Amino acid sequence: MSSQDIHEKTIAEIIAALNAREFSSVEVTRHYLDRIKKLNSAYNCFITICEDSALIQAKLADQKRATGEFSDFCGVPIAHKDIFCTKGVRTSCGSKMLDNFVPPYDATVVEKFSSEGAVVLGKTNMDEFAMGSSNETSYYGAVKNPWDIRTVPGGSSGGSAAAIAAQISPGATGTDTGGSIRQPAALCGISGLKPTYGRVSRWGMIAFASSLDQAGPMAKTAEDCALMLKIMAGYDSKDSTSTNIITPDYVEKISCSVNGLKIGVPEEYFQDGLNLETEKSVLEALAELEKQGAILVPISLPHSHLAVPAYYVIAPAEASSNLSRFDGVRYGHRCENPKDLNDMYTRSRAEGFGDEVKRRILVGTYCLSAGYYDAYYRKAQQARRLIKQDFVSAFHEVDVIIGPTCPNPAFEFGAKSNDPVEMYLEDIFTIATNLAGLPGMSVPCGLVDEKPVGIQIIGNYFKEALILNVAHQYQSITGWHQHYPKDKEIPNISKMRLE
Amino acid sequence: MIINHKEIMKLAELARIQLNDETIKETTNSIVDVLSLINQLGAEKTIDIQPMAHPTDAFQCLRADVVTEFDQRQIFQNLAPLTENGLYLVPKVID
Repeated sequence: MSSQDIHEKTIAEIIAALNAREFSSVEVTRHYLDRIKKLNSAYNCFITICEDSALIQAKLADQKRATGEFSDFCGVPIAHKDIFCTKGVRTSCGSKMLDNFVPPYDATVVEKFSSEGAVVLGKTNMDEFAMGSSNETSYYGAVKNPWDIRTVPGGSSGGSAAAIAAQISPGATGTDTGGSIRQPAALCGISGLKPTYGRVSRWGMIAFASSLDQAGPMAKTAEDCALMLKIMAGYDSKDSTSTNIITPDYVEKISCSVNGLKIGVPEEYFQDGLNLETEKSVLEALAELEKQGAILVPISLPHSHLAVPAYYVIAPAEASSNLSRFDGVRYGHRCENPKDLNDMYTRSRAEGFGDEVKRRILVGTYCLSAGYYDAYYRKAQQARRLIKQDFVSAFHEVDVIIGPTCPNPAFEFGAKSNDPVEMYLEDIFTIATNLAGLPGMSVPCGLVDEKPVGIQIIGNYFKEALILNVAHQYQSITGWHQHYPKDKEIPNISKMRLE
Repeated sequence: MIINHKEIMKLAELARIQLNDETIKETTNSIVDVLSLINQLGAEKTIDIQPMAHPTDAFQCLRADVVTEFDQRQIFQNLAPLTENGLYLVPKVID
């Protein structure tokens, strides 16, 4: 196999090739770094490229492999969303506020990959503080969707999704607060899993909405996501919300048959607002699974209409609290020549945050302020309970729930950026699982106008292995996950820099 | 739903975000749009529903009262915009 084919491999294939000594970690890492150099200017997937450290890590991985004692992931290159703290490497969270923030420690997720010998190619672009569905809120400029550079890649993990679609990284970490792994995965035609809340440690992951945030894997296939989740998952004493239960071997049962599996098809996910061609692709995917013996069961999630309004109380409320730490004192942006302490706070935050982040902080502050707490925050928490109960009831009847990940394929830049509510509705099918804390995964299921669309597989609590099994079985009988866009090159407009 | 100038300025003060005179109208309008979206919650009857603050039945984890961290003050202060003699510097608060 020529080196030109390396980037077409899945992570599982890279591991097999490294094991068979078809190429070394240095060779595969060099290949991806060369592709990043060639293509990042077209897509703006990376905020920071870690060329020197990646090659050192790859060399060490090769040395370790030569000893005969190494883990599967040793020498495999990946990328981290720029929300995960990386020791000695700038972690911006897509914000001017943290443009020069170099953490003195690694996030638990980063540390876990490092201890397995993974190679970090760089840090991927994202919506500022993970607040966005299009990547247009990034301080470093928007990521371009490799399928059509006039369209958005989705967000907030748009850099990770586009890097995999452009085949400049075989896998990447992402985070999902309201759909930030699944929505960009769908729009870029890749696979992405948001685990159950508590499955993966949030330590060292810059907080947006602490009761909703969860890290997860993004890759070409469900099998690759399983390999990554195996590393990412597990209890962490440094995150009091991580769950202390056994982490299953996600790869072990990935090939089980779906014969007899009960798939819930929620009527609320197939109503007005869903693009007709997207609906057709999702129904075709369901028909494929039915052919494999799965049983389709019509279900109702009657409080689905409350998900978006409840989310846009709870997430901004938590964000307004979490982001209060950015005050220009201990780290982050500080304004020039403050005339007093209050001026320093208010100007540093006005200069350091972008419009969408400021909007959400203001909305969250409003919802939590005296006189409005019961009407908004308490009410949203009650709606959250109703949404969770819908899922709990449904999972008494079915094993998984499947519907569309997003109502539409990728839209053009600027199409929704002036109307925040219109943008928020792009996450209409993904938000409810975050509110309930359930796991969900998007896998590609078709092309609409040459743009990818995805199905979302939602599982019961801690049933990631079953979700990955269903996704893998679907990918075993269909080829949508093997479609990739052709390379493009356009002038560099990013503020990317080499470190 | 309407938010007047005084209310938006109060909100900005609480959030410690300076609002720009040129964009204040646009900011206000967009916040009104978002509040109109979340006001849809008001139509739902939720009187007997227990509020849900967290997706799992989380409880406060306690650990043994022993020192687990070492002094990293200098490392963390290297990130600060302005420090002196181990202290974070801010504009003078008291004359």
